[in-house]
Amino acid sequence: MKQITVISGKGGTGKTVLTASFAALAKNACIVDCDVDAADLHLLLHPKIRERHVFRSGKTARIDKRICTECGDCIDVCRFRAISGGFDVDPISCEGCTICSLVCPSQAIAMEENQSGEWYISQTKYGHFVHARLGIAEENSGKLVMKIRQAAQEMAERDRLEHVIIDGPPGIGCPVIASLSGVDLALIVTEPTMSGIHDMKRVADVAAHFSVPTKVIVNKYDINLRNTKAIENICQRRHIEVLARLPFSEKVVQSMVRGLPVVKFCSDGIAHEIADLWQTVALCLTTDQTQRG
Amino acid sequence: MIVSIASGKGGTGKTTVATSFALATKNSQLIDCDVEEPNAHIFLKPRREKRVTVSIPIPKVDLTKCNFCGKCAQICAYNALAVLNDRVLVFPHLCHGCGGCSLLCMQKAINEVDKKIGIVEIGKANGVAFVHGILNIGEVMAPPLVRAVKQNINTSKTVIIDAPPGTSCPVIEAIKGSDFCILVTEPTPFGLNDLLLAVEVVRKMKIPFGVVVNRADLGDRKVDTYCEEENIPVLMRIPFDREIAMSYSKGIPLVTAQPIYYRKFTNMFEIIKNHVCVYSSKGNLELVD
Repeated sequence: MKQITVISGKGGTGKTVLTASFAALAKNACIVDCDVDAADLHLLLHPKIRERHVFRSGKTARIDKRICTECGDCIDVCRFRAISGGFDVDPISCEGCTICSLVCPSQAIAMEENQSGEWYISQTKYGHFVHARLGIAEENSGKLVMKIRQAAQEMAERDRLEHVIIDGPPGIGCPVIASLSGVDLALIVTEPTMSGIHDMKRVADVAAHFSVPTKVIVNKYDINLRNTKAIENICQRRHIEVLARLPFSEKVVQSMVRGLPVVKFCSDGIAHEIADLWQTVALCLTTDQTQRG
Repeated sequence: MIVSIASGKGGTGKTTVATSFALATKNSQLIDCDVEEPNAHIFLKPRREKRVTVSIPIPKVDLTKCNFCGKCAQICAYNALAVLNDRVLVFPHLCHGCGGCSLLCMQKAINEVDKKIGIVEIGKANGVAFVHGILNIGEVMAPPLVRAVKQNINTSKTVIIDAPPGTSCPVIEAIKGSDFCILVTEPTPFGLNDLLLAVEVVRKMKIPFGVVVNRADLGDRKVDTYCEEENIPVLMRIPFDREIAMSYSKGIPLVTAQPIYYRKFTNMFEIIKNHVCVYSSKGNLELVD
């Protein structure tokens, strides 16, 4: 079983569009949406939820005003400035460190467990799908990502699946690192813009930092050919293979509006190129190209 | 006035709006809070005046004082410490820097040392005061760096905050304290889905908001229908245009490439200013047109 994570650094370069097509093309795979705070893959895969799990993580302080003597010790120790002068806790600022409850001389502070989100095991036309919804303004997205990746991995092992295909979040922080750790291949989808290039370099640095084999796809390459060339040069210097150049295509938006992976929406042009790309990716994973050095 | 630019979905045009808005607004300060992937500097090309390293405090255990009682590991809500028979392990990437372990250690065996998480750079670009943060590679703790970036806010200016994508802690940290939030979206199912999430965030935080629709002529009409039904003001529409895409790809701000947008951004500023006035006098969340 091989795990692939699609990432980009910059948002909106085409991660989810590509992942949905890979899901439709892969014969024997489990799909995971690790962009837990703005998940979109379900809009193209139309999952039927089979299992629903609550994700609990972290705690929030609650002050019992009937017991509180307003001594102010909690305010003094809180580094997150989550307790107001009127002894109200701002649940958004509270990081659940529990120190206020430990120093309170009147035991007026209780720590309550957060229900931070939900995660699901679902069935789609194209196979198993594990996804989640992080509560609004919640933290610990990295932990939720680890949770759903673990569920997907167990399922893939149980059913002897060939691939776990992971749609990663944008950025380079906590949920990205959780989506990348220990996978067999990081596929960076970038675009030929100055921002796309800048962000690709940073996310490639993160993949290298965690020793994850990396390949690059240039999406909408025809928006700026000079920048596409620049991306290819940067990748060459870093010994990262560029697997494909995909053209800008209005079919992508049209397929999204219809709620379909683009390879199921049309069969020529962009769809054809994505199908070829999937063959290449699958081949990379079967050969020793992704062995760790 | 502090105006933040956010969106659930990435790549909808937050930086395009933030940079042009800053350039079109007098006496503005642009604060790029997307510390994971800061991009505003690519468009504004600021001259750097100052660079500061940002650290968070993490525990360092003095083994000559430690009696291995295990209290620090027991109270740490983030499992950043583990106490063995003759050793204490610290996991810096899990530490939130709450200071509880050093405060509550009976032996006074825990000191705090700085762990670098990134840098803040301050500069100027075409009359715009500029601040951004750059998170170190491999670092997970974005929110403390966002807080450090925001300490440079100058409230005597019109402050424009470029937020990261998503709806979780780094976004909350970025938009907290804003007088108004501009949500940038695109008229596609992804854009709409993530707009709904972003609206939940700003409503929960009680920040007045409006929407900018980018690539407004691609996709479908559902974002417009949603905004009409919910009475959410659409502040600006930017059509899809290969020329705009091309100048964006080169790192040229929208108002520089197409000066006609100058007026659109100054108009948007006036609309927002009025909304903020009405909001602060009425003290409720719903905006009036």
